[in-house]
Amino acid sequence: MSVAATTPRFKANVHEALHDLRLQGALPHARNFIGRRADAAARLPEFDALRDSARAIKDHTLAHLDLYLEAYEKKVVEAGGHVHYARDSDEAVAVILGICKARDAKVVTKGKSMISEEIGLNAALEREGINAVETDLGEYVIQLRGEAPSHIIAPAIHVSRDDIEADFRRAHRDLAPDRDLSQPEQLLGEARAILRDRFLSADIGLTGANFLVAETGTSIIVTNEGNGDLTQILPKVHVVLASLEKITPTLNDVAQILRVLARSATGQDMSVYTTLSTGPRRPGDPDGPEEYHVVLLDNGRSATLGGPFAEMLRCIRCGACMNHCPVYHAVGGHAYGWVYPGPMGAVLTPLLIGVAEGGNLPNASTFCGRCEAVCPMRIPLPKLMRIWREREFARGLTSPFARAAIRLWAFFASRPTLYGLAVEPAMRLLARIGRRRGRFAWLPFAGGWTRGRDFPAPQGATFQSRWRAKSGATR
Amino acid sequence: MSARDEIFASIRRSLNVGPVDAPRRDAVVARLAQAPVGIIPRRGHGDAAERLATFKAEAERVQATVAEVATAADVPAEIARYLRENNLPATIRFGDDPRLADMPWAETALEVARGPSEGDDLNAVAAAFAGVAETGTLALVSGADNPTTLNFLPDNHFVVLFADDLVADLESVFARLREKYGPGALPRTVNFITGPSRSADIEQTLLLGAHGPRRLHVVVARGLS
Ligand code: SF4
Repeated sequence: MSVAATTPRFKANVHEALHDLRLQGALPHARNFIGRRADAAARLPEFDALRDSARAIKDHTLAHLDLYLEAYEKKVVEAGGHVHYARDSDEAVAVILGICKARDAKVVTKGKSMISEEIGLNAALEREGINAVETDLGEYVIQLRGEAPSHIIAPAIHVSRDDIEADFRRAHRDLAPDRDLSQPEQLLGEARAILRDRFLSADIGLTGANFLVAETGTSIIVTNEGNGDLTQILPKVHVVLASLEKITPTLNDVAQILRVLARSATGQDMSVYTTLSTGPRRPGDPDGPEEYHVVLLDNGRSATLGGPFAEMLRCIRCGACMNHCPVYHAVGGHAYGWVYPGPMGAVLTPLLIGVAEGGNLPNASTFCGRCEAVCPMRIPLPKLMRIWREREFARGLTSPFARAAIRLWAFFASRPTLYGLAVEPAMRLLARIGRRRGRFAWLPFAGGWTRGRDFPAPQGATFQSRWRAKSGATR
Repeated sequence: MSARDEIFASIRRSLNVGPVDAPRRDAVVARLAQAPVGIIPRRGHGDAAERLATFKAEAERVQATVAEVATAADVPAEIARYLRENNLPATIRFGDDPRLADMPWAETALEVARGPSEGDDLNAVAAAFAGVAETGTLALVSGADNPTTLNFLPDNHFVVLFADDLVADLESVFARLREKYGPGALPRTVNFITGPSRSADIEQTLLLGAHGPRRLHVVVARGLS
């Protein structure tokens, strides 16, 4: 039942995104993250060592996931909580609907959860007549617009301030139509007041989790607004929805990963609220939920362990890879067509929804390698995208023309002498033709490339011939 | 097979392991028992004075304010001063924490309310379980002493931090939690708070007071009495 993907139409999505002037006006905001991350990393001499430490912790955890999961489950139950397992999206939705029905819930407030997007929870709740209220400001905005998030930590990064104002005027009809909403503070104030009422009247609060701690049976959320906290302490029931790979052995392990998480995401040293929740409220506690449930989603993750994509399970959803991705900067998150955009989405989407649906995305890369360079968990994203491409090729999903061209190139590339014999005269010819303008506006078989930019004319000699001449001269 | 059993079977199939595998089990039991400490940044370390200076600088970087007073008895006057100077109503709410209850509130003009918040309080004060120098972070624990609603519903959040409770890093807070609540156990909620609530969801503009407090004022008390 998970949300329908438009990923198979990736090329058309990209075309639309590139011609969407509003989107192109908003996208530069994503670049703000680059400088902030760099500053935060520079301020902490131990940053790179912490990345290695975080990676080692996750690798160790994944190699022992069954055992840490058992330990975690035991602790949750000891603290009075409930653990539910869901093999796929449908099962996760069914478990949550069951909890809602047992409580006769009308209103569910929600902290930001990408897993809830993955399983298509909001639509499922609405179908049952349950009002799902997103409370993260960005999520609230896109819920009003009926859109999906376009970024995993800044879901409304594609929406301009003017659009938010228009959305609020359309949605908040009880308020004075002539009220001033020209300043961002006024927009925030209005959302705060409206959501305050929802927090206080909700029957169930649902949050995601950044970590599930085996040592104590604790779920941890990391936020800046405080909405995740109001979501979980005010209603009678707190439901945590998380995927298996969020398991982390100990609180000290969490501390290692926390030090790279916020820095990589927003450039903060620590997010404002790091909240540890363990079970329901205790005897004598004057506030907090009376029931605590954890819904653990697999959705193909357990099958990914031990295979070529296992490293992707280290991902802590910081968003740094998309913040530094030239393709993401050009087209934004919606073009990717499903829940997870950017380089992490390009690797994860085919894993979660299949190569047939998601196989387009690993091609949406220039292989510049910036994502891997900034990934706090040192996930080799370009390598993983390359594996997808190889599979796409092996399965014959690549077009016959591209296959023939690659074969031809491979034939010459693996025969250096023949390669030189073929390429050198061609380069000399191209250099002669292109001498006057220094570039080509059009080349046969390269229309896709030259449509958007010129191709520089070669200088005449190839690298190989120059290398031969140079080493001959120095020898 | 139940979803649970199938997921465990799938994990073990992928990892190519059986359910009983003594060396793997030993590794997990050992890690959970020992909770090894990883790489600790030097930033939070130093003697008490250095830790306080780092805490202050880091908290102020994230738009919190920090005041120091000599003893617990000086806290109410400092909170009254802050409210007055910021033109805020002279009210305050707090829980059952005896360290707060024993303070001389009657010597100020503050109107005092007690217990958790229903959402209509402007000002609240809590006593911190600990402070973290490395990042200017406060650690607060749930319970009747300091109800969690007080940390999020009021507009202006005051936190009293006793200087003895200011430690270098998160790992030191976890050690204190293990000592107080026992190994592997925690109170219902532990809040690590670093600055006042904020959002950058509107065109990446930083705005304070998204859903939680707009202001966070930390009062560091050097002595208990
Ligand atoms: S792949 Fe790396 S950079 Fe991208 S979201 Fe995951 S952890 Fe962050």
